[in-house]
Amino acid sequence: MTQTLKAVTTAGAIALLMSSAASAVTLNMMNGSEPGSIDPHQASGDWENRIIGDYIEGLMAEDADANAIPGQAESYTVSDDGLVYTFKLRDGIQWSDGTPVTAGDFVFAFQRLFNPATASDYAYLQFPIKNGSEIAEGTVTDFNELGVKAIDDKTVEITLEGPTPFFLQALTHYTAYPVPKHVIDAVGDDWTKIENIVGNGPYTPTEWVPGSYIKSVKSETYWDAANVQIDEVNYFVQDDLAAALSRYRAGEYDILTDIPSDQAEWIKTNLPGQDYFAPFLGVYYYVINQEKPPFENADVRKALSMAINRDVIGPDVLGTGEVPAYGWVPPGTANYEGVEPYQPEWIGLSYEERVAEAKAIMEGLGYTAETPLTLQLKYNTNDNHQRIAVAITSMWEQIGVKAELFNSETAVHYDSLRAGDFEVGRAGWLLDYSDPSNTLDLLRQPIEQDGTMNWGNNYGRYSSDEFEALVDQATTEQDLAARAKMLGDAEKIAMDATAAIPIYWYIAQNVVSPKVTGFVSNAADIHRTRWLAKSE
Amino acid sequence: MFGYVTRRVLSAIPIALIAVTACFFILRLAPGGPFDGERALPPVTLANLRAHYNLDLPLIQQYFIYVGRLLQGDFGPSMVYNDFTVAEMLWIGLPFTLMLGLTAFVIGTIVGLVAGAISAVNQNKLPDYVLVMLVMVGLVVPNFLMAAILQLVFGVYLDWFPAGGWQSGSLAHLVLPVTVLVLPHAGRTARLMRGSMIEVLGTNYIRTARAKGLGQRLILARHAIKPALLPVVSYLGPGLSYLLTGSLVVEQVFALPGIGKYFISAALNRDYGLVLGTTILYMFIILAVNLLVDIIYAWLDPKVRYS
Repeated sequence: MTQTLKAVTTAGAIALLMSSAASAVTLNMMNGSEPGSIDPHQASGDWENRIIGDYIEGLMAEDADANAIPGQAESYTVSDDGLVYTFKLRDGIQWSDGTPVTAGDFVFAFQRLFNPATASDYAYLQFPIKNGSEIAEGTVTDFNELGVKAIDDKTVEITLEGPTPFFLQALTHYTAYPVPKHVIDAVGDDWTKIENIVGNGPYTPTEWVPGSYIKSVKSETYWDAANVQIDEVNYFVQDDLAAALSRYRAGEYDILTDIPSDQAEWIKTNLPGQDYFAPFLGVYYYVINQEKPPFENADVRKALSMAINRDVIGPDVLGTGEVPAYGWVPPGTANYEGVEPYQPEWIGLSYEERVAEAKAIMEGLGYTAETPLTLQLKYNTNDNHQRIAVAITSMWEQIGVKAELFNSETAVHYDSLRAGDFEVGRAGWLLDYSDPSNTLDLLRQPIEQDGTMNWGNNYGRYSSDEFEALVDQATTEQDLAARAKMLGDAEKIAMDATAAIPIYWYIAQNVVSPKVTGFVSNAADIHRTRWLAKSE
Repeated sequence: MFGYVTRRVLSAIPIALIAVTACFFILRLAPGGPFDGERALPPVTLANLRAHYNLDLPLIQQYFIYVGRLLQGDFGPSMVYNDFTVAEMLWIGLPFTLMLGLTAFVIGTIVGLVAGAISAVNQNKLPDYVLVMLVMVGLVVPNFLMAAILQLVFGVYLDWFPAGGWQSGSLAHLVLPVTVLVLPHAGRTARLMRGSMIEVLGTNYIRTARAKGLGQRLILARHAIKPALLPVVSYLGPGLSYLLTGSLVVEQVFALPGIGKYFISAALNRDYGLVLGTTILYMFIILAVNLLVDIIYAWLDPKVRYS
């Protein structure tokens, strides 16, 4: 009798376990590299962003299309001069340990972000906030001077240096996320250890095996938990892309966030409907060192640009279908309404005509097949960069340019770009937030510091007073249409002078299982798990 | 014996110190730094970061700070992985790497010895040809290719084993990565065992044993195996070191949580703390394995003395 009873209870327990296990929906995501940190003030990669954006929510959050929508804030008002943003927090918002999220958590977070001791890589994204850069530089030491205030527990007031049309978008970035003051007060920087971590977002990390995966489970304390459909997310570390595709095919991943580019065609053919290849905000480009002759000559730069057949790079060289780029601001960038996408005056010519014209320019300067212009083309070691460099080298050969290829690992490559130790170099930029200023800033004049010129990300050292004046003027312009026009004019000036050679707009290469719904390709390539659902 | 071991351990200390010093300075000579990425950091941030990791101090001072901490067992912070110290990352990853490497070592050695012995006894007969061919496959197919083939065949098409990843305690997740590691190790062991066994079987004392009327089994067990093992044992040391330190491709392809992949990625990222930590750990593993092999060798071969 006892035996039977035992058997029945055991069977019942097993059935119960199985049913609860079956009802838990788990999303397995191939997430790329090992997260460097899941502290929003220390992170710097999109693979970290995927985890952080699922477990912490800022004042503003992203919808399925990655547009800024109210997150922890229920509503906000902006002062007439565009300088003061007042956010009203939602009622009942909590950290995952049940502690209320207050305006004080946001103030604390911004102070921590700018604190020089935090040494946050990406703090500069929030430099529009009053005294943000001054605190990071150490010229202002009183954190109360920061333009982020708690009016009461439910109200956050943010004052800016100047009107910043993209500020709400910037607030969706993880640098603007709150951090749990009560936990950091108790354990300091160890707060992201798995035993201490709490979040205020739809998921909370519960397990972290370095080199393998991070698991987050649905947070019942999240204000919109009722609409969150996936119960658990595994963010898998996976650097080898060919292996990633095998694991996807074996059903071990539901989402691939990157693919081996030589497999793009195969995926389109064999996994129809699962390829989410779509342009997103980023430009792949070559920089030309304008301090080295003859590259200070805009005609030389123009000839180099004209001779590149961009139409074959995306479809044929890479096989992923990247869209040719001729301008500097990616299509789909916000706050750029009314500006026609930039096109060089030679866009109407066929490729043969372009080569002929470029060849004529070079011949006029004395460069021919017999007496070619020799240059060094530097790129960071990577199969795709190499393929493109080889293709472009042969395109340049037609116009009397002989390029020697030189590759080095990423740290060394960018070190030499920054030092101006190159002639032509490969670079790329993914936008931090959707605004034209985020790419145009790459071409700005240097800041003088301790007697040396700091060129920042302007590796090619393009310098135009006219361009600079327009971009400067735009930073204080509040009328979005007028601002867009100024920035559009600035883009035209820089591109007419071939300040750099844009090659293609980046493509997000997601592969998503048919079981997953709610995945929307968008220009920011941000897909928060709360919008996804999965059927078995 | 005890004196021998003590002497060996003591002599390892200067070796370790030289290795740490060389590694520390060579790493700093390499161009680029831990904060050189695709984007230039604002000078303020860069200065803050450098101060945070003491990189703004004179190099020699940084060296003494590092060695001072090291003597207290502190490997310092990782400059890329902020949520863990180097020691934490190594202690989390090391057991896995050891488990993976030792499993492959034990299986590979047994398989290799048995296959080599069978081959030798059946020299130039069918089992020999088949085994030699299999051994060649294991030796010549590079591990990243073998990994991809196994993933496709057993992970995707047959769906017998997971194609990658790791769940604690799951044997199924270990099958493919261990196989990839076992094949070349078993192959080398088998080749050595076959060659050395054939040589031993041709010696005079084996002929004498046969002449005395001893059975094949007894000859093999009593007289042939032990001397035939000697060249194999001298390979097992480097072989084990290779399995423990060379699992980086396998860890990378199968996305396993060991320390092998830090070896390359940390060096490329110029993550000074992690490169040094990994190097020091590997150095100790290799020193320990070499010591172990020397002891075993002395036990197997009476001509080797402990002094």
